[in-house]
Amino acid sequence: MSQIFVLAEHRKGSLREITWEMLNKGAELASRSGSELVAVLLGNRMDSFAGELAHGADRVLVVEDEQLENYNSEIYQNVLSRLLSEYEPVLTLIGHTAFGMDLAPSLAAEMGMPLSTDCIDVDLEGDKLTATRQMYGGKVNAEVSFAPAKQYLVTLRSGMFPAEAAATKDGKIEKSDFPPSATDRKKFIEYLEAAIGAVDITQADVLVSVGQGIGDIKNMPLVEELASSLGATLSCSRPVVDRKWLPKGHQVGTSGKTVKPKVYLAIGISGAFQHVAGVKASTIIAINKDPKAPIFRVADYGIVGDLFQVVPLLKDKVTALKGS
Amino acid sequence: MDIVVCVKRVPDTSEADVIIAKDERTVEAGDLVFDINEWDKYAVEEAVLLKEKYGGTVTAVTLGPDETEDTLRRCFATGADKAIRLTDSAFEGSDAAAIAKIIHQAVKDLKFDLIFTGTQASDDGYGQVGPVLASLLGTPHASVVTQVDIADGKARVQRELEGGLSEVVEVPLPAVFTIQTGINEPRYVSIMGVRKAAGKEIETAGLADLGLTAEDVGEKGSMTKVERLFLPPVTKEAEIIQGSPDEASTRLAQIIKDKGGFS
Ligand SMILES: Cc1cc2nc3c(=O)[nH]c(=O)nc-3n(C[C@H](O)[C@H](O)[C@H](O)COP(=O)(O)OP(=O)(O)OC[C@H]3O[C@@H](n4cnc5c(N)ncnc54)[C@H](O)[C@@H]3O)c2cc1C
Ligand SMILES: Nc1ncnc2c1ncn2[C@@H]1O[C@H](COP(=O)(O)O)[C@@H](O)[C@H]1O
Repeated sequence: MSQIFVLAEHRKGSLREITWEMLNKGAELASRSGSELVAVLLGNRMDSFAGELAHGADRVLVVEDEQLENYNSEIYQNVLSRLLSEYEPVLTLIGHTAFGMDLAPSLAAEMGMPLSTDCIDVDLEGDKLTATRQMYGGKVNAEVSFAPAKQYLVTLRSGMFPAEAAATKDGKIEKSDFPPSATDRKKFIEYLEAAIGAVDITQADVLVSVGQGIGDIKNMPLVEELASSLGATLSCSRPVVDRKWLPKGHQVGTSGKTVKPKVYLAIGISGAFQHVAGVKASTIIAINKDPKAPIFRVADYGIVGDLFQVVPLLKDKVTALKGS
Repeated sequence: MDIVVCVKRVPDTSEADVIIAKDERTVEAGDLVFDINEWDKYAVEEAVLLKEKYGGTVTAVTLGPDETEDTLRRCFATGADKAIRLTDSAFEGSDAAAIAKIIHQAVKDLKFDLIFTGTQASDDGYGQVGPVLASLLGTPHASVVTQVDIADGKARVQRELEGGLSEVVEVPLPAVFTIQTGINEPRYVSIMGVRKAAGKEIETAGLADLGLTAEDVGEKGSMTKVERLFLPPVTKEAEIIQGSPDEASTRLAQIIKDKGGFS
């Protein structure tokens, strides 16, 4: 029976959500193509994770070794390339995360396998695989085809599929004997936690969030004033932090923080997936001069307009409403 | 410290209208403004900073048509010493792995301690070229790098993970790193600076110079292919508040209030 592999991702003692997202997608593909869904788990002392994964896969393939304790793309690749050669799964799913971005391209290159990265969907009809991904900052979708091959590799974007553990399966756990052959090239040293900043954007009820559209640090008072009129906290997209217009603690997104305010006001933010993945707001409002900006596909309300015109006006209207 | 930096010329589409061309596989380039990929700007700066600290050379490499010479001149103006442009009509349609294959041929015999690429290109967002190139060269790599420190023939780099977490890894040289934005503050490059680099020599190489055949590159040499571009289906549409800026902001203030934004 053909197999679909899902590479479980875990860090610092917990399985990451992307694992369940891939298992859910994988289960759908497996049932349609009559394949077996296999969760592949590499790590050290993995019993509890293996038990959890067994509820979401037909089989859990476990490789345990001290060297696999922390993620190291070289050691993972060393084990995975041998697993893939041995079991020959038709499709292997890996998360398009910092982990998958480091691992998948060189694994595919070593194996001579076709790889499509950062896919938002994947479809397997018989042995024909197609993938959907985004280009140009989410403004265009692309349908990708693959040259005929025995095995394919796809990395999936986070947040595209449900993360709830389906818990419908009762897979058997199989310990596989493919210990990593020693490599001493790339060494994991330690994790570094970002410094805790003065403000905690994750606790805010209302966030005024500013993006690259603000153009220059000297324009920041504009959004600061709006935030203070609302009694809101200021947050931002990544380029604002990269340019040091705001400290890192204010960044919303995959490499920043996940926020869950009642109201999220995105000003001059295009809506890249790495940004919106961190926005779990009840109401999202976007102000952007580009009517095609992807942020309007996740927002509830929007104004298409120049922020330099809209933001000062909005501040005045808020102040007026407050007084009334 | 000899460093090779891969740079790509990309369209800035953050504010532009992206129009799918008739072939349904590419976008109309006509009205788009092109510049160096944002991630590569940081990669070039990091290479030049390391050169300024340790000595050595910086070589910028790009694969693309004539216009990409501008991108290389921008690298000269930032502090690159040499530039190589890989160009051949046969390269068209190459996927990320094929691009890495072509760049590999161009750099494998160069003397280098480090190769930098961007974490991803802003147009295709593959995030593949760097690690595939490393694999072909047989060197170690690290992706999404936000700090590089060099000591005793090794690099200690920080890799950005999710949620504000980073990891430190140690990698012997030579190595390939994909550079993340924010690693440094790219210097300002003036138009004058780019003009001054106009006279600098740019080496070029095509298919045959690189020891490749038409089978190795383009669509034939690629394992993935973009079949069709289409606009993302509308699953949810924001209610766009109409009216003059004054009217729209009045309504928006009320909406913010109703949704619990203030009282
Ligand atoms: C590994 C990785 C991790 C990442 N993590 C994050 C993350 O955690 N958070 C994050 O935000 N990004 C992250 N990114 C970056 C992300 O891909 C985007 O580059 C970024 O989110 C874009 O920020 P932006 O929307 O502010 O800028 P842009 O994409 O440049 O958008 C600017 C917007 O402003 C609008 N605009 C311009 N001028 C005006 C005006 N006068 N009035 C109104 N609107 C205007 C434009 O139309 C445009 O839509 C990550 C990328 C990678 C590769
Ligand atoms: N045509 C190209 N020429 C030179 N470098 C490239 C090219 N395409 C991609 N790269 C490099 O690879 C990085 C990642 O690109 P990608 O894998 O396409 O997302 C870019 O930031 C560049 O450093």
